Amino acid sequence: MDLSIFLILVQDGVVNGAIYALLALSLVLVFAVTRVILVAQGEFVAFGGLTYAALATGQTPGAIWLLGGLGLAAFAGGLWQERRRMRGGALLRHALFTLALPAAIIAATLVLAPRRAGIVVEVLLAVAIVTPMAPYLYRIAFQPLGNASVLTLLITAVALHLALTGLGLVFFGPEGFRAPPFSDAMILAGPLMIPGQAIWILGLTLALMLGLYAFFEKTLTGKALRATAVNRLGARLVGIPTAQAGVLAFGLAGFIGALSGVLIVPLTTVYYDGGFMIGLRGFTAAIIGGLGSYPGAVLAALLVGVAESFSSFWASAFKEVIVFTAIIPVLLWRSLRHGNGEDEE
Amino acid sequence: MTRPGLAKLWPLACIALAGLVPWIPGMPAFWVTLLNYTGIAAIVAIGLVVLTGIGGMTSFGQATLLGLGAYTTAIMSKYYDLSPWLGLPAGLLVTAAGATLIGAVTVRLSGHYLALGTIAWSVGLYYTFANLDLVGRNDGISGIPPLEVAGYRLLDARMSFTVIWLGVLLAALATMNLLDSRAGRAIRALKGGAVAAASFGVDTARTRLLAFVYSAVLAGFAGWLYVHMQRSVNPTPFGFYQSIQYLLMAVIGGAAHIPGALLGAALVTLVNDRLQDILPKLFGARGNYESIVFGMLLIAVLQWAPDGLWPLIARFRPRRRAIQADAPRLAAQTMPERGSTLLEVVRLRRNFGGLVAVNDIDFTLKAGEILGLIGPNGAGKSTTFNLITGVDTPSGGIVRFRGGDLTGRPARHVAAQGIARTFQHVKLVPTMSVIENVAIGAHLRGHASPLAGLLRLDRAEDARLYAEAARQLARVGLADAADRPATSLALGQQRIVEIARALCLDPVLLLLDEPAAGLRHNEKAELSTLLRRLRDEGVTILLVEHDMEFVMGLVDRLVVMDFGTKLADGPPDAVRADPRVIEAYLGSVE
Repeated sequence: MDLSIFLILVQDGVVNGAIYALLALSLVLVFAVTRVILVAQGEFVAFGGLTYAALATGQTPGAIWLLGGLGLAAFAGGLWQERRRMRGGALLRHALFTLALPAAIIAATLVLAPRRAGIVVEVLLAVAIVTPMAPYLYRIAFQPLGNASVLTLLITAVALHLALTGLGLVFFGPEGFRAPPFSDAMILAGPLMIPGQAIWILGLTLALMLGLYAFFEKTLTGKALRATAVNRLGARLVGIPTAQAGVLAFGLAGFIGALSGVLIVPLTTVYYDGGFMIGLRGFTAAIIGGLGSYPGAVLAALLVGVAESFSSFWASAFKEVIVFTAIIPVLLWRSLRHGNGEDEE
Repeated sequence: MTRPGLAKLWPLACIALAGLVPWIPGMPAFWVTLLNYTGIAAIVAIGLVVLTGIGGMTSFGQATLLGLGAYTTAIMSKYYDLSPWLGLPAGLLVTAAGATLIGAVTVRLSGHYLALGTIAWSVGLYYTFANLDLVGRNDGISGIPPLEVAGYRLLDARMSFTVIWLGVLLAALATMNLLDSRAGRAIRALKGGAVAAASFGVDTARTRLLAFVYSAVLAGFAGWLYVHMQRSVNPTPFGFYQSIQYLLMAVIGGAAHIPGALLGAALVTLVNDRLQDILPKLFGARGNYESIVFGMLLIAVLQWAPDGLWPLIARFRPRRRAIQADAPRLAAQTMPERGSTLLEVVRLRRNFGGLVAVNDIDFTLKAGEILGLIGPNGAGKSTTFNLITGVDTPSGGIVRFRGGDLTGRPARHVAAQGIARTFQHVKLVPTMSVIENVAIGAHLRGHASPLAGLLRLDRAEDARLYAEAARQLARVGLADAADRPATSLALGQQRIVEIARALCLDPVLLLLDEPAAGLRHNEKAELSTLLRRLRDEGVTILLVEHDMEFVMGLVDRLVVMDFGTKLADGPPDAVRADPRVIEAYLGSVE
């Protein structure tokens, strides 16, 4: 291996690692606020990517009907769960969020999709179509479970992944899609040729991280989310609605997932079930970071990205094996450091 | 006394009868095959009953473990011409080794790490199977020999049926035996009672590992049956998706019940087969559409029937346990000489961040006395208890017991020294009867290995443990409640059950955390009598209590704590007159 190959592999790893970092951040966030280990995070990536690919080729994405369906299900589910409490204003807000919002997005897509409204509009549209699915799914699958154990929530998340993969097949079909890159620019830096898409990915990732940081540090809503993450009961006692915190956390997860999908679909062909493997890398990173540390997760994600690109160079058939079994020594290390985990829920 | 065991045997009788099903004239071969798959899945699901329903852990890698067993025997019998019967022990060994590796690195962490670890490694192993030349990559291995019995090759699906359902029977029996043994009680105590179990000497990390390895071995066994029935193997049935299906079976059927595993396996296998027929026609294309149905089904079950379907069919009722009152008694400790120093606590300290919960506490405890630890709410009494018993680790100071250093030792080590305790928030296992809960207290006085339990070689010892549990229950006056579910008792009585459990350890020192809370007046009097009698028999008692009347009439000496520090130490009358104590309890009189 010479220096230029080394640098290319590092570059590749860092670009992929940036995406994994976003996913790892969102996993840590969702776990902290809701105690859900969101195995289904990858589905939002796949759906986001496929939706953008469809829009970028002037097609109407099937995802809008999935969005409508999930909105309807969330409306019915919410109505049923809170049939005694929901009246007037709350009912209206619920209907606006679960019925009017998807209807507006569907209408906008039907109008804009055939007209090729440009990259910015198409990116925004793709993200807008996929993002609300996550909070709808939270309402349907997780909110009724209330104070269930982490394990029950995890099994639910896996079940959700299963159902979403099947739904992905129904709404996107078995073929994979790829979108044209955001820009054809190519930057030469020594031996490296950095494609415009990579710059987009790194730039948007960085911007998003800064945005998240500002959100959690500066805004009241962000602080409320952090409070919920530290102590759910305490947060509820001071008047923070923890269910809404869950909806918000899932909204962020959906947004990050969808955006990640939009960013990678010009780089690689995305299939309806391809999100799982991408999400799982975010997972590996989140676990290496200890499921609690944001900087730790980001650092670990970059490591996972680089490890992946090097192992695909040396032993491409065993790239997945190497990336995922790397988790075992990490767990061993945590286990030795952590001592006896006699925690009870 | 009802006929013991008979009620428990009917599911086994059903399985035995089911062995005749494929020989019914006119039985379509298709149904026999489907039932074969049901049987194999049921074995995996029974393993998950132990792991998930009873042990409170989960694995998303059972299909991969099945694959490990399957590939091991496939390679041995196809490439090395060894008998499939040799592939069985080898396959079990390989799955056990794999599970030990993944289990050992996760069992000390919070429960969900095992689940996450199994996701990662099952994906990893799946790609290993799919890319390794040795195992034929994605094509797998075909032409694997069938099982042979006395030179007769079991090629007929009906023959496989008999073998597979014998396997189910074996797995169910072994699991029932295991759960009824000393090791099994430890597994059952994991869910909701891990801290209590550790306080009675159960090594909870090893017990978690045991549950996982046991479930893996059953999966490996299922893999062996699968390969020699199917006679070919490829990576597809060993992926993540299949693992979720096994979990679905266990959860739908009722993850805490063996018959539930059979029910779940049958339901999912049959429904899966139907859906694979119907859904592609509905959607007009081939694909895993059934995953939508299964995913939604799993979510629905977790929301509406989290205990699965089996409890809706049969209600939980602990069986009556026959006690062999004449079983030889367990060996007992020699009590230390009355008046000798038993426990020394020197400058014991515990900080939580900036808060000092226990601030340089000193006291000693002499053999044969009853010492009361009292103080207002938040004085640090329970924290002190947890520091002595190894549930929590001190930030500083020394705990010495019978001359040996106990500071910072784990709870099970403390228990092994002859220190038994009860809990302020009662920690009994709800799915076990009163006497089964009490028997956990005698964990360290038995030695039977899990394997002995599995093979029923532990009966003599187990009878002695149960006889001891029955004696201690009688001693605290709850003999009549022995076979009731533990949490059906009133809270005050549950505290007494905890005392019986602690006595089962044969303790030198008994630590009681608010034993009289929730008791009625005459029950308190009985408790006082019991504790005095224990003292007279040589047991030393340290108790935390709020009920002043109860404490004053009972203890030999009092230690008063407030805001983590010791206020007073002495006989009850002297302490009662101490102005600092009065101020702490009644507020300043200035």
